[in-house]
Amino acid sequence: MGLLSDPVRRRALARLVLRLNAPLCVLSYVAGIAWFLALVFPPLTQRTYMSENAMGSTMVEEQFAGGDRARAFARDFAAHRKKSGALPVAWLERTMRSVGLEVYTQSFSRKLPFPDETHERYMVSGTNVYGILRAPRAASTESLVLTVPCGSDSTNSQAVGLLLALAAHFRGQIYWAKDIVFLVTEHDLLGTEAWLEAYHDVNVTGMQSSPLQGRAGAIQAAVALELSSDVVTSLDVAVEGLNGQLPNLDLLNLFQTFCQKGGLLCTLQGKLQPEDWTSLDGPLQGLQTLLLMVLRQASGRPHGSHGLFLRYRVEALTLRGINSFRQYKYDLVAVGKALEGMFRKLNHLLERLHQSFFLYLLPGLSRFVSIGLYMPAVGFLLLVLGLKALELWMQLHEAGMGLEEPGGAPGPSVPLPPSQAMGLALYVLPVLGQHVATQHFPVAEAEAVVLTLLAIYAAGLALPHNTHRPLSYRVVSTQAPDRGWMALKLVALIYLALQLGCIALTNFSLGFLLATTMVPTAALAKPHGPRTLYAALLVLTSPAATLLGSLFLWRELQEAPLSLAEGWQLFLAALAQGVLEHHTYGALLFPLLSLGLYPCWLLFWNVLFWK
Amino acid sequence: MAAPLVLVLVVAVTVRAALFRSSLAEFISERVEVVSPLSSWKRVVEGLSLLDLGVSPYSGAVFHETPLIIYLFHFLIDYAELVFMITDALTAIALYFAIQDFNKVVFKKQKLLLELDQYAPDVAELIRTPMEMRYIPLKVALFYLLNPYTILSCVAKSTCAINNTLIAFFILTTIKGSAFLSAIFLALATYQSLYPLTLFVPGLLYLLQTRHINPNSAAAVHTCENEEQSLLDLFLGVCHDVCGKPSGNHLPLLLPSQLLGFHPRSLWLYINVFFYTIPLAIKLKEHPIFFMFIQIAVIAIFKSYPTVGDVALYMAFFPVWNHLYRFLRNIFVLTCIIIVCSLLFPVLWHLWIYAGSANSNFFYAITLTFNVGQILLISDYFYAFLRREYYLTHGLYLTAKDGTEAMLVLK
Repeated sequence: MGLLSDPVRRRALARLVLRLNAPLCVLSYVAGIAWFLALVFPPLTQRTYMSENAMGSTMVEEQFAGGDRARAFARDFAAHRKKSGALPVAWLERTMRSVGLEVYTQSFSRKLPFPDETHERYMVSGTNVYGILRAPRAASTESLVLTVPCGSDSTNSQAVGLLLALAAHFRGQIYWAKDIVFLVTEHDLLGTEAWLEAYHDVNVTGMQSSPLQGRAGAIQAAVALELSSDVVTSLDVAVEGLNGQLPNLDLLNLFQTFCQKGGLLCTLQGKLQPEDWTSLDGPLQGLQTLLLMVLRQASGRPHGSHGLFLRYRVEALTLRGINSFRQYKYDLVAVGKALEGMFRKLNHLLERLHQSFFLYLLPGLSRFVSIGLYMPAVGFLLLVLGLKALELWMQLHEAGMGLEEPGGAPGPSVPLPPSQAMGLALYVLPVLGQHVATQHFPVAEAEAVVLTLLAIYAAGLALPHNTHRPLSYRVVSTQAPDRGWMALKLVALIYLALQLGCIALTNFSLGFLLATTMVPTAALAKPHGPRTLYAALLVLTSPAATLLGSLFLWRELQEAPLSLAEGWQLFLAALAQGVLEHHTYGALLFPLLSLGLYPCWLLFWNVLFWK
Repeated sequence: MAAPLVLVLVVAVTVRAALFRSSLAEFISERVEVVSPLSSWKRVVEGLSLLDLGVSPYSGAVFHETPLIIYLFHFLIDYAELVFMITDALTAIALYFAIQDFNKVVFKKQKLLLELDQYAPDVAELIRTPMEMRYIPLKVALFYLLNPYTILSCVAKSTCAINNTLIAFFILTTIKGSAFLSAIFLALATYQSLYPLTLFVPGLLYLLQTRHINPNSAAAVHTCENEEQSLLDLFLGVCHDVCGKPSGNHLPLLLPSQLLGFHPRSLWLYINVFFYTIPLAIKLKEHPIFFMFIQIAVIAIFKSYPTVGDVALYMAFFPVWNHLYRFLRNIFVLTCIIIVCSLLFPVLWHLWIYAGSANSNFFYAITLTFNVGQILLISDYFYAFLRREYYLTHGLYLTAKDGTEAMLVLK
């Protein structure tokens, strides 16, 4: 308690904070960025290891040899799908039954809030088909899921073929202790969400789905498969799920074990794994992979069917077969053996996967960074906001704010309600007003939503000119004219720090990304000084600009750089997808940005234009 | 002053009604920071349905309320939302009139001390004027009604709100000077949860002082104590007869293993609430209402199963002591701690229960930090109060022996 009650030490601390504030802030910010960049180097990044005992020490000999059968199924499926134009439900039912599974179907329908331009759908209705392989000697209390999401185009036929061949092979084995559900969904993620909601008997997204006739017990793990060619050169694994949730690291370790065993080439984020982590090349490549993972996790999109399973505490992965220009190719048997091995090991689980990490970053498939080591990065960034807030409080205290009540003058709090109202308008109006917009302007609904979004966002920039007019009629204190904007900036800094802190705890990547861009300009914002420069900086670091910048960075890292026009088109598509995913899956990026960070950013804009 | 109070009441009722009708009501009523096993509405409904089935409500260790609550809600179960909105309104009104009378007493006492020349000559800026005290009762009502903690407690239908009303009426009747009524309300409040018993001491001190009786007079003390004790016995007896079961059935739950959100603690923390009464009584015997404020805060911090509703009650008193603002030293850091902890409660709960990654230690660490923040806040107010008293009697601008400005250090 000495620090808080001893006046001598308090005065020393206050002097330290006030005098060294700017250098401390800069140091803290640089330390945060440096810490993040250092995450790819060996002491901070560790080798992955299998933590779950039940999956570690068993030796399994994979016996899957149904490559031809898988190809035949795939051809039949593709032919039937082309003929019917949608998922060939009857054929799937027949085939699954012939393989020996208990087959059920589920129909679902959903009207999207506005037409989806990327997938070209609006009123969606479809059927999911799933077959359950009952474990011969168990009580159907637990299950594993192998799922193939089928969209409206003709991809993933080989995945369906492999699924059916695996089902046939699994049916002949006696060692299954858990039921296995083979799920083929229509309209990819929408079908998966409908199935999951019906399976867990909840309704979180407003989907209308028929109840499931057959059920298999609590799902322990799920694997989603996407294969569109008879041969693959590598298998890509996706772990990031909805709202940045990640599966247990053990599932990824399991996949990596079988890749190594079968000699398969596995990639993460589409990038090969560097062998050498001691020189500089390995870590640099790891940094690219890490940045890609951070960008994908921050977007909060479910990058594959697995992303929707995670919400129900089901560990899940998506495996994608990539067919590139490499010489050495693997056929379906190799992929099938890897899957067989994974499922056999998952079969041994006695309890849910919980031993390994749930929150981690991956610089490579066999390297990870745990939360205890990456959290200080965002801690240093938020320290900048804390130091600035402390400095402002002390300056306000010296200027004599102590004579007033804690409520303070009404001046600084005037911009708060309009900013929050703009945020609310940004959240509610685009979807609500799309029909009005299409009546008056020659645009489609999706375009109307995006354009309304941008219009409201830009309209917020005009806010200071409206809120300051009533203030000028009020008697402004001439003693300390700086007090108004300093109090507002104090409130805005604490608001921003609180939001970024809460976001960083649940989705580190989003918190870190937003902190990197918003913290420096938030700390710098003040009405004095080069106003146009600060205004330009503030606009460049606003949430929308961060989104635009991240898109460019993402494509740059994937070695497919965008031109400005393409980037703008991608940005508009991303905005539409963000709003759509919020309404269809419950993704939280759109509400967080519109209701939380945009009003906070507007407060700093008001500070900058304070009269 | 009636019109602004009515306006505040209307706004408060509207906010609560809007929340009751929204989808958040169910979510809030399950939050563990807002309802505890002792105050949860679900358990009241469970007890009532057990009673309807003819089974004792206390079988099964689910229902922990008092028999009086059963009788109250037996008739009012259909109007539960209205009942809780009315209890909040009654608490605010009680606090409003209590603080109004208290301000008059404070002003009278100040005038008396000024005439008796008890104050140092240069403390003019510390003397309180009726002008600045004019809006305090309204602010107290506002602070209570529009405090997010109170609104959450009301929407969750936590019976802590009823306890708050009883304590507020106890304060009102004590300040008005009626010993009998204050004893009744204190008995009712103690009957529901044991801790308000500690408010007996400040209440007694206040009543004795307003009657201008020497507090050391044993006879007067004895009379008041007797009244209080007999009323408490009366209530316990009534309950025993009426439902044939000892009404102290909820006492076993107050055992140390359930303190501070399920962390095991020794018996000392349970008695902690009662520990502070004697030292505070010795130090604050001239200022019983401040003593009551500190005691209510100590109850809110150290009781087993604390909820935000208890915090809301003592937070309502902050406007009464806003003249101490200039002496508070850590108000910024403490406000930040309390706001951060309040926001982190749901985040860490989500991480623990839904994301499956954190564990209970994170959540309860935040509980402990919140309590530490509250303790520091109360000790800051205590320090500020004592410092103001010191300045009043010794002068504001203190000089050391060599003529330089002196610094007050709390040893």
